[in-house]
Amino acid sequence: MSLRILTVDDSRMMREMLLMALKGAGFDVVQAEDGEHGLEVLAEHGADVIITDINMPKLDGFGFIERVRTETSHRATPILVLSTESDAAKKARARDAGATGWIVKPFDAARLVEAIRRVSA
Amino acid sequence: MDPMDAIKVTFFQECDEQLAELESGLMALEEGEGDRETVNAVVRAVHSVKGGAGAFGFEDLVKFSHTFETVLDLMRSDKLAISADAMHVMLRASDVLADLVHAARDGGSVDQGRCDALMEELDQLAQGDAAPAAASAATPGAAPAGDEPLYADVEPDEWGFVPLRFVMEDEPAGEEVWKIIFTPRAQLYAKGSDATILLRELALLGDCEIEVDDTLVPSLDTLDANGACMAWTILLHGDKDEAAIREIFEFVEGDCDLIIERTTISAAPAPIATPEAPPVVAAPPVIAPVAKQAAAQSAAAADSEGKGGQAAANATIRVDLERVDRLIDLVGELVINQAMLAQRVAETGVARSSNVALGLDELEQLTRELQDSVMAIRAQPVKSVFQRMPRLVREIATATNKQVRLVMDGEGTEVDKTVIERLSDPITHMLRNAVDHGLESTQDRIDAGKSAEGTIRLAALHRSGRIVIEVSDDGRGINRERVRAKAIEKGLISPDVNMTDEEIDNIIFLPGFSTASAISDISGRGVGMDVVKRSIQALGGRISITSNPGKGSTFTLSLPLTLAVLDGMVVSASDQTLIAPLTTSIETLQPKPGEVRRLGPNRSVIAVRDAFVPLIDVGVALGFRKEAAQPDSCVVLLVESEGGGRAALLVDDIQGQRQVVIKSLEANYQRVEGIAAATILGDGRVALILDVDGLIAQRVSEARAETQLAKAG
Repeated sequence: MSLRILTVDDSRMMREMLLMALKGAGFDVVQAEDGEHGLEVLAEHGADVIITDINMPKLDGFGFIERVRTETSHRATPILVLSTESDAAKKARARDAGATGWIVKPFDAARLVEAIRRVSA
Repeated sequence: MDPMDAIKVTFFQECDEQLAELESGLMALEEGEGDRETVNAVVRAVHSVKGGAGAFGFEDLVKFSHTFETVLDLMRSDKLAISADAMHVMLRASDVLADLVHAARDGGSVDQGRCDALMEELDQLAQGDAAPAAASAATPGAAPAGDEPLYADVEPDEWGFVPLRFVMEDEPAGEEVWKIIFTPRAQLYAKGSDATILLRELALLGDCEIEVDDTLVPSLDTLDANGACMAWTILLHGDKDEAAIREIFEFVEGDCDLIIERTTISAAPAPIATPEAPPVVAAPPVIAPVAKQAAAQSAAAADSEGKGGQAAANATIRVDLERVDRLIDLVGELVINQAMLAQRVAETGVARSSNVALGLDELEQLTRELQDSVMAIRAQPVKSVFQRMPRLVREIATATNKQVRLVMDGEGTEVDKTVIERLSDPITHMLRNAVDHGLESTQDRIDAGKSAEGTIRLAALHRSGRIVIEVSDDGRGINRERVRAKAIEKGLISPDVNMTDEEIDNIIFLPGFSTASAISDISGRGVGMDVVKRSIQALGGRISITSNPGKGSTFTLSLPLTLAVLDGMVVSASDQTLIAPLTTSIETLQPKPGEVRRLGPNRSVIAVRDAFVPLIDVGVALGFRKEAAQPDSCVVLLVESEGGGRAALLVDDIQGQRQVVIKSLEANYQRVEGIAAATILGDGRVALILDVDGLIAQRVSEARAETQLAKAG
């Protein structure tokens, strides 16, 4: 059984990149284009690991993480933030919302896969 | 296609969408119409371009968008006021950003001077307004300084990804070790973290000696499954940076007690520290409450915003245009096939009420619906073309030193994709004309008692099965005297021809009217408008102009809604089957003796109620026969041209109405006067589609030539 990864990113390009990298590593991938959509997809398909962007329309990454942690049955699912930013205050905010880790874009495919394997072990 | 190339294509498509969003957002803000979400969307657009550019290593693009984003971020955090001046700079910055994106895509280069100048302007905006806000917090999210290449010396790996900057080095051995005492609290597990993962991660930094303190684990009957009762002491060999260790624990900092200290170990194993040791890390508790509040607020805000837009989230899918085109081609074939089948069945003499015939009727109905639905897939709002125009107008306005306001209307008007693609050039041309020649200079406007700022209106609407694009200005209008004089001087019209105002205005479309010198000579319009007219006619479109001296001019362009199918009247002339577009047909008549009057050797008119309408024998006009047919054995199709002129087409017979699939004559053969396109009939024969306006124009010019000949003679 391969792990199912939910990627939440408003950029189609980023979703495609993630899809390529994650499929290539043998993961099962489901995608969402913003936080709201992410919650829907999560409810429908579930996920073993969630990778989310921060800056998104409708529901941003912070709100998404917080709602996953407080409103869903996936409270213990590891959530990795994938963002172009590396600002300490934002990292702290993500951590407080319940994120498991923070990876800076542009990402290195091998490292991302490694990170997923680590948090999902 | 290589997967990375495919993603790159996606990136550039997305860039175009983001750029459009950016521009329309900035314009809304400039007009004072935007709200907080507009600002957010604008920032997000630039941010998104930057993110993708970084992934592909487009360094110039990253640099510029970073500077741009920094300024926009100031605006978002209310440190920079949304002033007209600021928006002006930002709009121009969005133009440069678009250039950079396109240069990255097409491999071209950009005007470096312009790019640098705008970077400077943006920097000034940032500094000018950030200064009062104090050098307090550096811009949140600000990455390295703008002049430092972000991804300069990093080669993309085999995936095309630029490797991360923080690559772990191999650490040399040392005698000193790190002692880490890690005591998770229950909430660490609740957030999906796992102590063992962190320990494994630590092990990647160097050799670890890990000891677990399980003294606090209660007996099974009192164990709280969600609790935390273990602690670990780790001795990490090597001289890794403390930051590297903290980074591992970064995400659990508030959820555990953590002690990290440098210690020298002897040969003896390190003592195990007490799990109750107070946390050394003081920072998280300070940040946490603030951050939590902010997160809660943003979630609440997102909540209220989310509800409105939720329905739209999954309402669209993306499909390759090629697939849709293939579908349309197939449905086109199906329509022809269905018609052929119907004809064959009819030839067998089956009764109309038979099951076969009824089934065929149903099939025809379904085929028609299928075709309509497929065509609707390709229908798109003209917005995609319109949204490129504000920039164009800005640039021409700057170049001509005029103040121009562009008002757009009907951007949601839908038209077939094939038509959309062809709209861009003529609209560009008309707008350029309107700004350059239609509008007066600022001083002239003021002298004429007009507002200094000229207004140009670009509108799209549906009218009788066609799409109409109007470009109007409030400039000086056409100087008819001078246009007429110029046309006479060039020998385009005869001095003694009486012309209506409308006819004079439309002289500017005559080939050979506009030349380079005409630009400065004629106060009006007329740069290569004949070229525009020709390209529009090739698409079955029409263009005309109306002008009101001193008040302005309006260009009206109309095109069919689709270039793929056409409702037509099937007629025959000289044993040829021809199609007359239904949109041009008004009525059909059976001419009675005496209604047709001959004017000279080759021309005749027909009396339709109270008016005389020029009669065009289609067979003769297209060269199928030499002698005009006897009118009373024929049928007349009364048609109207785009310009409102009427004519009566004389044909042998009318067979009926049918929707036909248009096959371009230019693409398969060449352009023929009087013929707009071709189609394939049910029996497999090719039928030509009449260019009604072309036929009428041909007749008018013949008549004019004849009149002049008569006068000369």
